[in-house]
Amino acid sequence: MKKVIVGNHAVSWGVQLARAEVISAYPITPQTQIVEELSEMCADGRLPARFIKVESEHSAMAACIGASVAGVRTFTATSSQGLLLMHEMLHYAAGGRLPVVMADINRAVAPGWNIWTDQNDSLSQRDTGWIQLYCENNQEVLDTTVQSFKLAEAVDLPVMLVLDAFYLSHTSEPVDIPDQADVDTFLPKREARLKLDVNDPRAFGALSPPDMYMELRLRQQEAMEQALEVFDAVEAEWGERFGRRYGAIEPYRTEDAEIVLVTSGTVTSTARYVVDERRARGEKVGLVKIKMFRPFPTARLRRALAGIPRVAVLDRNLSPGRSGIFAEELRAALYDLEPARRPGLDGYVIGLGGRDVTPDTIGECLDRSRAALAAGRAPEREDLWVGVKP
Amino acid sequence: MSTRTDDTTAREHPIAPFIRMERMPHIWCPTCGIGTVVKCYATALADSGVDLDKACVVSGIGCTGRVAGYMRLDGFHSTHGRAIPFATGLKLGRPELLVTVFSGDGDLVGIGGNHFIHAARRNMDLLVVLVNNFIYGMTGGQNAPTTPLTAHSSTMPFGNFERPFSLPHLAASCGASYVARWTCLQVRQLTWAFAEAIGRKGFRFIEVIAPCSTLYARLNKLGSGLDLMRFYHDNVEIRNGADTREVDIGYQEKIVCGKFRDEERPTYLELMHEHYRKTLGDRYVPMPPEGGLIRGED
Repeated sequence: MKKVIVGNHAVSWGVQLARAEVISAYPITPQTQIVEELSEMCADGRLPARFIKVESEHSAMAACIGASVAGVRTFTATSSQGLLLMHEMLHYAAGGRLPVVMADINRAVAPGWNIWTDQNDSLSQRDTGWIQLYCENNQEVLDTTVQSFKLAEAVDLPVMLVLDAFYLSHTSEPVDIPDQADVDTFLPKREARLKLDVNDPRAFGALSPPDMYMELRLRQQEAMEQALEVFDAVEAEWGERFGRRYGAIEPYRTEDAEIVLVTSGTVTSTARYVVDERRARGEKVGLVKIKMFRPFPTARLRRALAGIPRVAVLDRNLSPGRSGIFAEELRAALYDLEPARRPGLDGYVIGLGGRDVTPDTIGECLDRSRAALAAGRAPEREDLWVGVKP
Repeated sequence: MSTRTDDTTAREHPIAPFIRMERMPHIWCPTCGIGTVVKCYATALADSGVDLDKACVVSGIGCTGRVAGYMRLDGFHSTHGRAIPFATGLKLGRPELLVTVFSGDGDLVGIGGNHFIHAARRNMDLLVVLVNNFIYGMTGGQNAPTTPLTAHSSTMPFGNFERPFSLPHLAASCGASYVARWTCLQVRQLTWAFAEAIGRKGFRFIEVIAPCSTLYARLNKLGSGLDLMRFYHDNVEIRNGADTREVDIGYQEKIVCGKFRDEERPTYLELMHEHYRKTLGDRYVPMPPEGGLIRGED
């Protein structure tokens, strides 16, 4: 069944198809439509789940954690300040190895108050131990929502799927909605390996002294490492059933490329257009889309970018005092390449707080990288700002 | 002689000096009640003779959260639910200021509920103005901790079954020294209440019932904001001194308004001052105008 729906409702539909059992949320723009739709789905019986609108995002995640420990499938959604308020609980879900799934609508962080898109909210949660998946269009949003539950429950880690404010959250696109029966086969009811069970009593969240703690973290790290392969398997199965795959990373027209853009989120679609246009003019450019940010697909990115003369990373985010965060991660990932095959890397900071990223913005990044490549110059700085008012 | 005047010169609105006109137009919907509350507060402030350089407004998030940004006073638009702790810090840093918290029900007693009860318990010297429209307005009409039983909201599409707070009772039972409730129809009483509360100290709580025509009224088919004002006109029962256990608001039932409590109690800073003076004696060095420093053993 095809429907024309906004990205927020693509999430709601995905959650309904995944048969989440407890949904706990707090309103925040631009996420609110997700849980409003879900509250209706719960109220009118389309989704047999328990829904509660709690009193804060911190409580929303805490309730998901409580429900998840009881062995049920849980979901919440948030954005920006709400995600930041959850921070303590994000660590708790991941450290507790609980497969909570959450949608984060990428929205800039205050102050300056701003409801428009950038990635600083989700990226500032980088080290909480959540798997992070960035989506490019509403179909990918729906597919990723359902897949996230399967992935989370396979590795016992929480998954955050991420979509851009307004460009996806409030933009309508045709979305193919799979049949419930097919999704049920793909994603059966959750079978928790460990849960609160009166017949098999266990204590969760207990004190872990120095002689225990480190191994818990090692197990968590190993699960993260597995998550990449598991994601491939989940996608492969989804692809077989429904005919769509996205990849943890997606190289696009990178063959023989001299400059490769690295993108995430909706900027990718604009970048594809720019790449096609430049290719038509004979310029050797391509792009690599990063969907999975955690675990970081280091080896794959190394393979995809080794030997490319110049890489231009488009970051809709900033780690103040350093540079764009994807650029930073890539510099570290590419460091181990032998120098002759290690690309020059330009890190562009663009589109913060929802400033438009147009084909011209991306074109300017490409032109600057091209000029630097031609002149054999190293990047002037690690943060190159494009689209800033004089 | 005709009394008709042809003077069509635009005159300044009486509260224009209190408003950041460069930020107009505001985001509030037609017939929203918040503007009226701001007008009453500004009028009271003007009449009170308070030095405006010593008056500041702290807001949280939501429709009422915009007040701090719109008023031409030192203002702080804080994060969601945290207006009271921000204001607490402000008061401790500058005890001579008149610190007013202006925010909505979802902000102050939903996500910020913990701060509300503790500031009241401590009798922190804050004037807290809570505009209650029974719903989360800015984010699209979700159920609030004040939504009356059976009222519809976007997250309670078949009516609310969660018991709401009765805010005057919550404030009074936590220890607030001044507690009143008015609707934004009673502009005189509301203005007087503001003026009175400005002159008091301690945790002063004024709940103002205000129409949200865009969401609360629409989701409940209650007509326009004007219809809600008519409802207030017909259903407000003024009972000054009422027992706050008896002022719950039911869905489309009578709204008890009035001043429910006005008791002078020592504020947090007064208690601190008093306590350290008693226990530390000369080692305690009062810092004007209230509060103090502890002198080291020298």
